[in-house]
Amino acid sequence: MLLRCKLFGKTYEFRDLRELMGKANEDKSGDHLAGVAASSAIERVAAKYVLSEVPLWALYEIPVAPYEQDEVTRVIMDAVDQNAYAQIKTWTVGQLREWILDNKTTNDDIKKIQNGLTSEMIAAVAKLMSNMDLVLAASKIRVVTHANNTMGEMGRLASRNQPNHPTDDPDGIRAEIYEGLSYGSGDSVIGINPVDDSLASVQRLLDMSYKVIQDWKIPTQNCVLAHVTTQMEAMKRGSPAGLVFQSLAGSQKGNESFGISVGMLDEAYEIAKKYAVVPGPNYMYFETGEGAELSADAHHGWDQLTLEVRCYGLAKRYAPFQVNSVVGFIGPEYLYDARQITRAGLEDHFCAKLTGISMGCDACYTNHARADQNSLENLSILLAAAGCNYFMGVPMGDDPMLSYQSNSFHDAPSLRQILKLRPLPEFENWLVEMGLWDKEKLLLTDKAGDATMFVR
Amino acid sequence: MITQQQIESIIDAVVAELQRQGLVRNERPFVPSGAGDLNLDLPDITALEYRTRAYVENVRKPDVLRALMSTTPSRIGIGHAGPRYRNIPQFIFLADHAVTQDALFKEIDPALLQQFNLFEVQTQASNRQEYLLRPDLGRKLSDTARKTLQEKCVKKPDVQIYVSDGLSAAAIEHNLRDIFPVIQQGLQQAGLKMGTPFYVKYGRVGLLNDVNSIVDAKVVVTLIGERPGLGRAEAASVYMGYRPQSDSNDADRDVVCNIFNGGTNPLEAGAYVVEYIKRMLKHQASGIKLKLIEQGISK
Repeated sequence: MLLRCKLFGKTYEFRDLRELMGKANEDKSGDHLAGVAASSAIERVAAKYVLSEVPLWALYEIPVAPYEQDEVTRVIMDAVDQNAYAQIKTWTVGQLREWILDNKTTNDDIKKIQNGLTSEMIAAVAKLMSNMDLVLAASKIRVVTHANNTMGEMGRLASRNQPNHPTDDPDGIRAEIYEGLSYGSGDSVIGINPVDDSLASVQRLLDMSYKVIQDWKIPTQNCVLAHVTTQMEAMKRGSPAGLVFQSLAGSQKGNESFGISVGMLDEAYEIAKKYAVVPGPNYMYFETGEGAELSADAHHGWDQLTLEVRCYGLAKRYAPFQVNSVVGFIGPEYLYDARQITRAGLEDHFCAKLTGISMGCDACYTNHARADQNSLENLSILLAAAGCNYFMGVPMGDDPMLSYQSNSFHDAPSLRQILKLRPLPEFENWLVEMGLWDKEKLLLTDKAGDATMFVR
Repeated sequence: MITQQQIESIIDAVVAELQRQGLVRNERPFVPSGAGDLNLDLPDITALEYRTRAYVENVRKPDVLRALMSTTPSRIGIGHAGPRYRNIPQFIFLADHAVTQDALFKEIDPALLQQFNLFEVQTQASNRQEYLLRPDLGRKLSDTARKTLQEKCVKKPDVQIYVSDGLSAAAIEHNLRDIFPVIQQGLQQAGLKMGTPFYVKYGRVGLLNDVNSIVDAKVVVTLIGERPGLGRAEAASVYMGYRPQSDSNDADRDVVCNIFNGGTNPLEAGAYVVEYIKRMLKHQASGIKLKLIEQGISK
């Protein structure tokens, strides 16, 4: 294998596809930590240039981890539609980029080849794209799902109501749910991260959140983001759950560090189909994030974007209602500052949509990253323009349980107003019935922001 | 000599002529109103009363809103301007984030180190940015630091204590005066042989192992600044381990965390730490192993 080019008279050569893929990435601290990043700006460009001439079949044949040794690889490879793959396998990565961006290429065209792509190919094409390329390309691709309501249609933007509480106090969580609903947050899911992962705690929060949904006839679904096994047990015992959640990694070893396997996820999916209190056909909710594999020493010497896209390949097996990367949560040793977090957020969203899954984003940061609420707001505007399916809704963006900052209850209505977007259709009608949303002007009404309307 | 008044009347005449010719538009020049000095003396909006206040306009049930707000530390009842934040809640949030950021990039006050006779050494991280990017470097002493500790520190003590900024030097400044004497006195009263205390800039928790490769203590203890929460940069932790080795990890350590006035009180935290150290010395173990021994599951 020869991977070589010249720039300004100087030769740049790359040992193999793994090295090439690492060095073709935009600058990220995690790739430096892993020792796979380009050593100079010009070497990065050389890697992108060489990668653009690599045919897709080469990426198909050299996955991150061998088929025999890694079940995530097996999930991705076994799902490849060989007819679709035959159409594109001789394309180069550069050709794929220009084809996706071409004005003649539509959502339908992309859907026709989508199932012939592997995660490595999708990560490769993202490495050749600028930020605006990623926004434009993603904006072409719609992935529509349905649980209790319809996610992902053109012109819609949803918000996960994330009412976390440092001691899981049901009264406090309920108060936050009310506040969020009064701002039109909750159409993606009412999703609670519990402090206490025990069965009793998870059951209590499922019961409480489901009761709010029932009492106010809200077209949405609930979810308690405990370990998947706890949720499965709760559902078997009759607890009402709308979506089943789990965090994913892009390699078998990474998933082992989360205490999960493909077999376990298959079982969770079957239980969800059987017991989830929504009509479906989509029942699953996954979270991901660049760098998780490296932190578990499960990256096989590959870059963090490629591993991230393999999470989407795995997620696709379960036709998830929604997936989001928690892009800024991991910390500055993986994504150092606002610029790197922004880039990763745009990459993750595009790659997930090209994979064919319903993608949102937890645009967020921790307090030791060089980022702030302004940079998080910037990313959410870019992603909303890219057709991102949903964001988080946290009281003023400050989550005192997870100790990080994300989008606020105020952000979804602001984005809807700025970009002329609507809540999910069933939820929009409910908001109108509640007198909270002006369907003509696409604005919150004067009644918004008063949580006491939900206290009878 | 020509007076100010005469100059002004000449200027007025010239300006009037220019205006007549249409060369200058007839506008009133800016005249200060003389309404008085601007005096702004604003209250501290980070005080509890501003944090617990409801900022929602035209709230239907004010009592109910107060009750809802009392159930959670989350920022609810904050109202809105259009779909955005109102001013005061916005400033409270910004102030909270700002103290967090300042804490993260702040260096420790040298006077405080002097007060406690702590000499300063550094890890292999050469600056704050490298410290954030390379956690591995924060777990290793620099060559200079190794030499200094060799020279200055008592070897083979029962207990070695050192202090490190970690992710918040402010946390050390907030807690050191309270917690440090409690730990020192507690250990002295127990008749334990103390190591020579010092301060490490840019330390991570795992530095315990590298420090003990030099001092060879039975128990090594570090007071270290925690990752700041929003508006809460003052929390420190104490991590400690029995005979830390190069491969010791979190499972081999014990921790007292969230130490600050408002969390785990630093005086009480100091007492917990002394108790932990005594138990570690008694059972010659720490972390999970100590827990299992004390539960009678393991020896």
